[in-house]
Amino acid sequence: MFAYIVRRLLYAIPILIGVNLLTFTLFFVVNSPDDMAVSQLGAKYVTPEAIQNWKVKNGYDKPLFLNSEEGGVGTITDTIFFTKSVKLFAFDFGRSESGRDITSDISVRMWPSLAVALPTFLVGIWVNICVALMVVMFHATRLDRWTVFVFVGLMSISYLFYIIGGQYMVAKTWRLVPISGFDAQGQVWKFLILPVLVGVIAGIGAGARWYRTLFLEEANQDYVRTARAKGCSEITILFRHILPNALIPILTGVVVLIPTLFMGSLLIESFFGIPGLGSYMLDAIRSQDFAIVRSMVFIGSILYITGLILTDISYTWADPRVRLN
Amino acid sequence: MNQPTMNNSGASDIRMRVNDLEVCLTGSNEKIIKGISFELQAGKIFALVGESGSGKSVTSMAAMRLLPDALKITAGAVEAMGVDLFNLSEARMQEVRGRKVAMIFQNAMTALNPVQTVGQQVAETLKLHTALRNSSLRARVVELFTEVGIPEPDSRFNFYPHELSGGQQQRIMIAMALACEPEVLIADEPTTALDVTIQEQVLDLIQELTRTRQLAVLLITHDMGVVRHVADEVAVMYHGEIIERASVHEFFHNPQQEYSKRLIDALPDLSKFHHERSQEPLLTVEGVKVHFPIRQGVLQRVVDYTRAVDGVSLTIGRAETYALVGESGSGKSTLGRAILNLEEIAGGEVRFKGQAVQGISRSEMLPLRKKIQVIFQNPFSSMNPRLTIGEIISEGMISLGLGLTASEREAKTASLLERVQLTSEFSRRYPHELSGGQLQRVAIARALAVEPELIICDEPTSALDVSIRAEVLDLLQELQREFGVSYLFITHDLSIVPTLAHHVGVMQSGKIVEQGSAEQILTNPQHPYTKALLASVPRVDED
Amino acid sequence: MKPILLWSDGLVFLLVIALVLFFYKLREDPQTRTRWAQVFSSKLGMVAFTVIMTYVGIALLDSLHFRRALDAPEGMQTNEVFYDNKVTSVFDVLTGGMGERFERTYSAPFALISFEKKNTVDEQGNSVRDFPPLKYAGLDLADPGDKWSDILSKSMAPLGWGLLLSGLLIGVQWLFLRRGLFPWHASWVTQAIVICTAVWLVSISKHYHVLGTDKGGADVLFQSLKGIRTGVLLGTLATLVMLPIAVTLGVTAGYFKGWVDDVVQYLYTTLSSIPGILLIAASVLLFQVYIDLNPDFFSIGMEKADARFVALCFILGVTSWSTLCRLIRAETLKISQLGYVQAAHAFGVSHTRILSRHILPNLVHIILITFVLDFSALVLAEAVLSYIGVGIDPSMGSWGNMINGARAELSREPAIWWTLSGAFFFMFVIVLAANLFSDLVRDAFDPRTRLGGDDA
Repeated sequence: MFAYIVRRLLYAIPILIGVNLLTFTLFFVVNSPDDMAVSQLGAKYVTPEAIQNWKVKNGYDKPLFLNSEEGGVGTITDTIFFTKSVKLFAFDFGRSESGRDITSDISVRMWPSLAVALPTFLVGIWVNICVALMVVMFHATRLDRWTVFVFVGLMSISYLFYIIGGQYMVAKTWRLVPISGFDAQGQVWKFLILPVLVGVIAGIGAGARWYRTLFLEEANQDYVRTARAKGCSEITILFRHILPNALIPILTGVVVLIPTLFMGSLLIESFFGIPGLGSYMLDAIRSQDFAIVRSMVFIGSILYITGLILTDISYTWADPRVRLN
Repeated sequence: MNQPTMNNSGASDIRMRVNDLEVCLTGSNEKIIKGISFELQAGKIFALVGESGSGKSVTSMAAMRLLPDALKITAGAVEAMGVDLFNLSEARMQEVRGRKVAMIFQNAMTALNPVQTVGQQVAETLKLHTALRNSSLRARVVELFTEVGIPEPDSRFNFYPHELSGGQQQRIMIAMALACEPEVLIADEPTTALDVTIQEQVLDLIQELTRTRQLAVLLITHDMGVVRHVADEVAVMYHGEIIERASVHEFFHNPQQEYSKRLIDALPDLSKFHHERSQEPLLTVEGVKVHFPIRQGVLQRVVDYTRAVDGVSLTIGRAETYALVGESGSGKSTLGRAILNLEEIAGGEVRFKGQAVQGISRSEMLPLRKKIQVIFQNPFSSMNPRLTIGEIISEGMISLGLGLTASEREAKTASLLERVQLTSEFSRRYPHELSGGQLQRVAIARALAVEPELIICDEPTSALDVSIRAEVLDLLQELQREFGVSYLFITHDLSIVPTLAHHVGVMQSGKIVEQGSAEQILTNPQHPYTKALLASVPRVDED
Repeated sequence: MKPILLWSDGLVFLLVIALVLFFYKLREDPQTRTRWAQVFSSKLGMVAFTVIMTYVGIALLDSLHFRRALDAPEGMQTNEVFYDNKVTSVFDVLTGGMGERFERTYSAPFALISFEKKNTVDEQGNSVRDFPPLKYAGLDLADPGDKWSDILSKSMAPLGWGLLLSGLLIGVQWLFLRRGLFPWHASWVTQAIVICTAVWLVSISKHYHVLGTDKGGADVLFQSLKGIRTGVLLGTLATLVMLPIAVTLGVTAGYFKGWVDDVVQYLYTTLSSIPGILLIAASVLLFQVYIDLNPDFFSIGMEKADARFVALCFILGVTSWSTLCRLIRAETLKISQLGYVQAAHAFGVSHTRILSRHILPNLVHIILITFVLDFSALVLAEAVLSYIGVGIDPSMGSWGNMINGARAELSREPAIWWTLSGAFFFMFVIVLAANLFSDLVRDAFDPRTRLGGDDA
């Protein structure tokens, strides 16, 4: 088990290097810093001096890989590759194009993200499993067929519709909660209810349908037949036999998401004005702040890999057949 | 032990009675079970025999009212202890299941819940139907484990199904079924998934429990050997009907129906052997080893090897059949693949007519591929579902460059199909339209198409029903006489050896423990493992 | 008139040809035929398929582009023909100029007056602030009170024509298909509804704005219809780009194993560990920089928007192959162990032949299911990407851009709901149809549902 985790951690290193090389190629090789300067400054006012100033200000005036002017270690360290990419490994994200410290921004903004994403995630799973269990109880009846149809319908609605519709009905027409905003003190829940509600409802279609498939797959297994032959009631079979077995595939799909909850949701956060990492990324994309995008890509992949490792560990807990080695 | 049990005196003996049971497909009203009747008596094993699709498993599920949605009971009644089960409410029926009528299934590995300990699973039955709780409950489970012969029953309580062997899993199933002391036990192919030596132990256990607990047992099986071994009475099922019913003794000595005779004929006759032996060696295998690495630790270093094949030597002569016998996991199939150069050899050598087979390139291998061919166990997965039978048979002729034109290939395909007792029309059909037996004939035709000198037959008949099995084996022998082809016949079933093998090798854990002529091995086995295997083979001339 | 072939037009017609050939080839395989028959034997499948084909048809008509010839400028004696800078499509022509009737700003569906007040000077010369009448709505109307009866009377003739037209079309189909086993009537009913609605919309929109107008005064119905091409093309082209990458890598990894497998696994783990939205956003932004810096490559505005669109398809394709690749690799590993591949090895069949004859054909169902499933996901994703600002070029109509432009307008009093509704409705219909269809395809092609089950 321990050896397995160490091995997975070691395997994460080449992946993170790969992620870094890829982003570096995208941001500095495909588009040179000069191109970036031109598009940031606006094509009309471009002078060679302005470009140079912009590059110096943002630290893009160095050579890409090898700095032959610097001696010794500086040959490698005083380059764009080293300052912008390698330093990410030390969680040194540098400054954004607008001059703010990215590391401190991130550490402040991840908590509001989590405040929205975690309840959405937990309530979502709970609701989906409950709905799916109910549908499975009515399996092969007309009710079952219609609910599946409704699930597909819910899946086919754009996420934007859920958000806009939710804001319109709950906040504007019924005036139950504020439309958007976030208040770190006091009545946080007031601002959280609507985004969580929207997030959960938007996920029901796909989620409950998926769980239903998983439950039905388990319901066809031989051990369910054994349980029936023992004299178990259908309810006992559903909760004591099918549910624990279906948890295994559910875990694969779900545990990997847990670390990425820190990243928040782009859409929810921007529509509801929550100052989390999701809206941070969106603002960065809209203002073309590549320093932030680069940092978030790196953080995102670390969180994803953590999720993969957590998934494997959770397997050993849920499935006695799995032994990691 | 097989005295006739035709006296139906004393209705108290009868534990379950099935009357004119009919089962239909829900949509089409097509009858799957066409009105069958039988009764089960205390202390007796009633065997319901039939091949796949005959409806024997459906009968048992109908009796328990556990049919899938696609099937429904349309007529008849099932009475257990005088109560009509079809009139009970679902809640009352749940009290009957496990308490009065219990069931064990074919594949214990999948029939047990993988994420519950075996102790919990047996305890669950007891909790449902008795007042036992906590320590007395556990004590009862351990007692049951002891009764069905689980070693170290107390510690096995906390084991998960995958931590037990196949035989032990089936014992757990039996313990679970017997937990509440039911009156009737339905055993649906209880030993089919087990190796022959284990199979016998489990059957003995069922037989013993039947006597000691005065159970009424319905044994569902396709295996006449099993029937012969344990049953008191037999009913043969064919296309949803019981076509013959008799005591075991009566049935095996005086079968009435043609179909029953065919089933019985499939049992081996251990008195006739093939003697002609050729002197010219075709294939020699010398000290062949196939190892699979076991990796461990942070860097996944190879710490050890699984020795799948561990120094095997054998020789096959021209026009001769060598039967390689062993249980699952003994490495016999891996050896077959190694001879075909589909598996890398860690040591030793394989020579075909003096030429080394291993360590040569894909293109150097081509001429040898013409000479060594293969037939696989599962006929359904060994044909590409998207090609026609004609395309499948001619594939080898094309890739091995036999230099035939398209029309010559077509003609050859047609004649091969006729040779394996199919018609040339089959060449335009697709695999899913054919039955298992037909597909295996196609597989034989495909192998013969490139005119090989050696065919490796990897369990070619174990996926087939017994009545078809004999036909395929006969065909293989005919072809041997006609084309002078040699066979390496890989099988787990010693019973088919006398009908076709000249030479036998018995394989256990990667090694050949005994080899010799067929007569020598079957009449005078030396190694204890061979003796155990042989003892579990059912015979007609048992008593 | 001068035909124009945009990059996306070319690609989509290539795709159509490829699909037709592909399905023609598939017809030969009886197993595939049975499975498709299963899909089409349900009424739901027929209806969903008809709806999808309607959308595809509109998208294709909207992909036949040309530039109108302009009348020679007055006083110029030249043989040179000048072409309109605006690119028109066959679809634009068929809608009878629906897209050319601009109002000043917002107006509600079937409204006669504008949504916003405007200062005007009346006949007496007084300055009045009131809702001005629309330029293209209810022109024949004497009294605004007669609006609904006018609409009703103007609906009768087009409905009649619609019924006649659908009767003709269905009649032809009936001649050929009446003996078929499939529930064609479900498709015919859908066709009749679609045709009647289309004829009615085209004719009524000459007198009213059925779904109102947006901020710039453009007809919302027309915009929603123009969104169809963008949605359908994005949904198909992105998958088209992704398929070859996923299939090639997945099959080689699963078949050859060893170091090839390690490399492919490393590639897709790396790719899937990057948050997809950031990768897509960054790539689109970088491409936008490239377009901005090289404006000379594109002679007309439409080409620029189209280049960005095609680039978006490529980016979506290149960044999203990891899931399918993983599936294909796993399936290839499984098939490689099967008897028929082993037998092929024993017959000395070459690697390329094993791959093309034994492995690829048995992967087709996975590819098909992915193709249909991804389609709906991509249509939905377009709206999100446009909202983020890395989607379709604003000059090219798309549902995402419509939603993005109107999302704040719900908070006005009274709310402006029609732009959002139009976009969401047209998006919902195609996504629902595709999802339902993909469900049926998946059920039919799931290897666990065996054909002609023989196990009792």
